[in-house]
Amino acid sequence: MASSESAVLQFFPSSTSLSAKVHPLVIFNICDCYVRRPDQAERVIGTLLGSISPDGTVDIRNSYAVPHNESSDQVALDIDYHHNMLLSHQKVNPKEVIVGWYSTGLGVTGGSALIHEFYSREVQNPIHLTVDTTFRNGEATIKAFVSVSLSLGERQLAAQFQEIPLDLRMVEAERVGFDILKTTMVEKLPSDLEGMEASMERLLALIDDVYKYVDSVVEGQVVPDNDIGRFIADTVASIPKISPPAFDRLVNDSLQDHLLLLYLSSITRTQLSLAEKLNTAAQIP
Amino acid sequence: MANTMARSFLQVAATEEVASPLRVVQIEGLVILKIIKHCKEFSPALVTGQLLGLDVGSVLEVTNCFPFPIREEDEEIEADGANYQLEMMRCLREVNVDNNTVGWYQSTLLGSFQTVELIETFMNYQENIRRCVCIIYDPSRSNQGVLALKALKLSDSFMELYRNNNFTGEKLREKNLSWVDIFEEIPIKVSNSALISAFMTELEADTPVTQCDYDRLQLSTNPYMERNLEFLIECMDDLSMEQQKFQFYYRNLSRQQGQQQAWLQKRRAENMARKTAGEDPLPEEDPANPIFKPIPEPSRLDSFLITNQISNYCNQINGVAGQSFSRLYLMKALHEN
Repeated sequence: MASSESAVLQFFPSSTSLSAKVHPLVIFNICDCYVRRPDQAERVIGTLLGSISPDGTVDIRNSYAVPHNESSDQVALDIDYHHNMLLSHQKVNPKEVIVGWYSTGLGVTGGSALIHEFYSREVQNPIHLTVDTTFRNGEATIKAFVSVSLSLGERQLAAQFQEIPLDLRMVEAERVGFDILKTTMVEKLPSDLEGMEASMERLLALIDDVYKYVDSVVEGQVVPDNDIGRFIADTVASIPKISPPAFDRLVNDSLQDHLLLLYLSSITRTQLSLAEKLNTAAQIP
Repeated sequence: MANTMARSFLQVAATEEVASPLRVVQIEGLVILKIIKHCKEFSPALVTGQLLGLDVGSVLEVTNCFPFPIREEDEEIEADGANYQLEMMRCLREVNVDNNTVGWYQSTLLGSFQTVELIETFMNYQENIRRCVCIIYDPSRSNQGVLALKALKLSDSFMELYRNNNFTGEKLREKNLSWVDIFEEIPIKVSNSALISAFMTELEADTPVTQCDYDRLQLSTNPYMERNLEFLIECMDDLSMEQQKFQFYYRNLSRQQGQQQAWLQKRRAENMARKTAGEDPLPEEDPANPIFKPIPEPSRLDSFLITNQISNYCNQINGVAGQSFSRLYLMKALHEN
């Protein structure tokens, strides 16, 4: 297939109901591989692993890089390496299967079509993920494509890459650590209470925003939006109505339970230090 | 001039490098995400994996990791496991990932990871690598909204003691070693490449609403606390059993010593009688007599480990209780408003 230097980008909405969800781990992996690529390589190519749900959503969970050689007219992919890594990964997690492949750089080139064909031999409808690591558009561009082949009668003319919607998902535990993942260096991991403080500050900020919004609507500065108003009313109404004494009793009971637990753990610690003294300090004549 | 230079160079080459103590473990965000993903997928089963990175001065950098498949207890699979490891390392080398093993990670359930197996694994690793670290991740605690990641290392004094397999009270007193000295916790620093942080900042959801992590503000901690307490109670039972073993030992020891004294008295009396009769005195010791056989002292290793676990549980309870207090007061304040 003749290669062209121009990117073949299609922006039509896809006709299929395919959509993809990407875990941030995959992005991390891709960036890490890009940073570590050998000097002569322009971009990094690798395999995407994940699962396909019955309704057509592809869940991309893991990835690994595959060494490749790319020159102006041909692309060579290390297939053995690809298979070896696949086997190794499947030993750990047999449910992860190939769902597509990724490459860094904006747009789809001619060489990519060849690679896409190779991957379509492995899996039914591979997803091609492009991650623009050079920030050419001034922002992070991550796009996912599927390939639709255009044929005229019997002959296959070209493969058209259609973009599909992409969703960046984040699991709970990962979201907890997300702040840490944003900056380049974090001096130490936040302890329980510090994290608590951060969460509460965020909540406070949210409540402040809502207050300001309501105030400005009341004063007539902002055009009221009925939906938001209803939403706020719902939220406030969802606080359960408990009479103050009953509420106080609830809170106090919880407080007492926790105090009891704290007391218990302090006693245990005292017991431990006592036991240790007895054990090691005992003199044998 | 050249002579003095050459000598000083030789001197430098001859002096041994003193390993600077490990002060901090620097982990990449990628590794943390991988560990979280792996442990979470297989929770509540416990999983392990290998850490790869570089050892630089007083910082141990962990730059990548890969998980181990769950191993069954079978001889054939042992060799398979080693093959898997070699294969992974080789493949990762090809994509320019540092493939120095610097330790391993494992997941745990509510902090019950101090076992003899952990120590043995440490000793195995320590033989090949100068500095290794073990990272413990607790997925159940992370559901509470805390990133429960810890880096552990065996303290040097403990390692020497373990090599000699000698845990008697005297030795421990000599080294002034108590149960807190077995494991050393090392502070963790997280680093990310600039590319990643650029991506993450871009991709972060712009609306502040989705940013707030609500799971940390949940009020129900009861199931978690209950399990913690259950484990604590079990451990206390184990500890009291160990202490009973010690008591038994001491009682036996003192009884044996009483017997030895009595026997000695009898011998001395006999000797006096023999002296007056003009015969040779009998020796004052008799190694063949069973009351002289030394009773082995039970190892204190188990009790130390259990103590460690208990203190861990206590710490966790304290932490969660503290958080709950803040949450309760917050709720109270909100309600009043």
